[in-house]
Amino acid sequence: MTKVKTLDDLKKMRNELQSKLTLREKSDHPEKMVQIKVSMATCGIASGAKETMNYLIEELDNRAVDAVVTQTGCMGYCHSEPTIEVHVPGTEPVVYGHVDTKKAEEIITKHIIGGELVDGVIPVSYTTPNEDENEK
Amino acid sequence: MRDISMHILDISGNSVRAKASLVEVSVVEKTKEDTLVLKVKDDGCGMDEATIKNALDPFFTSRKTRKVGLGIPLLQQNAQLSDGRLIIKSEPGQGTELEAVFVRSHIDRPPLGDLPGTISLMASGNPAVEFIYKHVLDKEEYVFDTREVKSILEGVEITEPGVVKFLKQMIEENLIDIGVEL
Repeated sequence: MTKVKTLDDLKKMRNELQSKLTLREKSDHPEKMVQIKVSMATCGIASGAKETMNYLIEELDNRAVDAVVTQTGCMGYCHSEPTIEVHVPGTEPVVYGHVDTKKAEEIITKHIIGGELVDGVIPVSYTTPNEDENEK
Repeated sequence: MRDISMHILDISGNSVRAKASLVEVSVVEKTKEDTLVLKVKDDGCGMDEATIKNALDPFFTSRKTRKVGLGIPLLQQNAQLSDGRLIIKSEPGQGTELEAVFVRSHIDRPPLGDLPGTISLMASGNPAVEFIYKHVLDKEEYVFDTREVKSILEGVEITEPGVVKFLKQMIEENLIDIGVEL
């Protein structure tokens, strides 16, 4: 049986990663990185947001795109889950709905790398039904 | 929610939103007593008695973005379907402890699901929050603590894809090692 990974192995891997990272971290600041937030409340999880998030992390790494993928709560677009917010530095954040792995691939290729919008954007002006009453 | 790992991801989201800095999740399996207990404990803002009662109501939520809150009711449903129950203990300012008890061998008890993927994603998706995940199977146990992980990482972010992948593998191997059926 192979040995079970422990925190010691993490330490070794950390040192390897560190040498790779110092190179780019010196020139880059977090605000210059692509930031993606995956909506992960009950509605998102039930629609497969976990697979989407996993895919985004792996695929962005494969393509060597500097990005931080984090979780956020429900944005009120439960009808279009999984939803993600993509923030490319220097541009306005954009929210996409119905992001499965296929859509996520398209967003990485066309939006994050290519710089053009993809179908499926949820407009900023969109309001949830009865939003005013909810605010009270 | 198809499995217990999804519930963990969901319920821990409540803790994060309650501004917790430490979220303790545990799954305790006892084959003799035939129970599986999922516990999520946080040091967030807590709830008063009326809010605890409301939390079990699917048409109650503290958010402003939508009108329903199904996370806790869905977990309660799954627990009750497998002859179990859901208990919430909380006080304002004292954090919240949620416990879901399942009959382990019950045909309707949801499977554990992708625990390694869920725990690693939970940790990397909320880099500002610390998580402890403890899995007990009879006398064996495995504890994963993001505070330990972060002290080893020394400045390398827990959101790094390489780190996330490693954590997933580490949790998976350790859980299998103590005999958990993933």
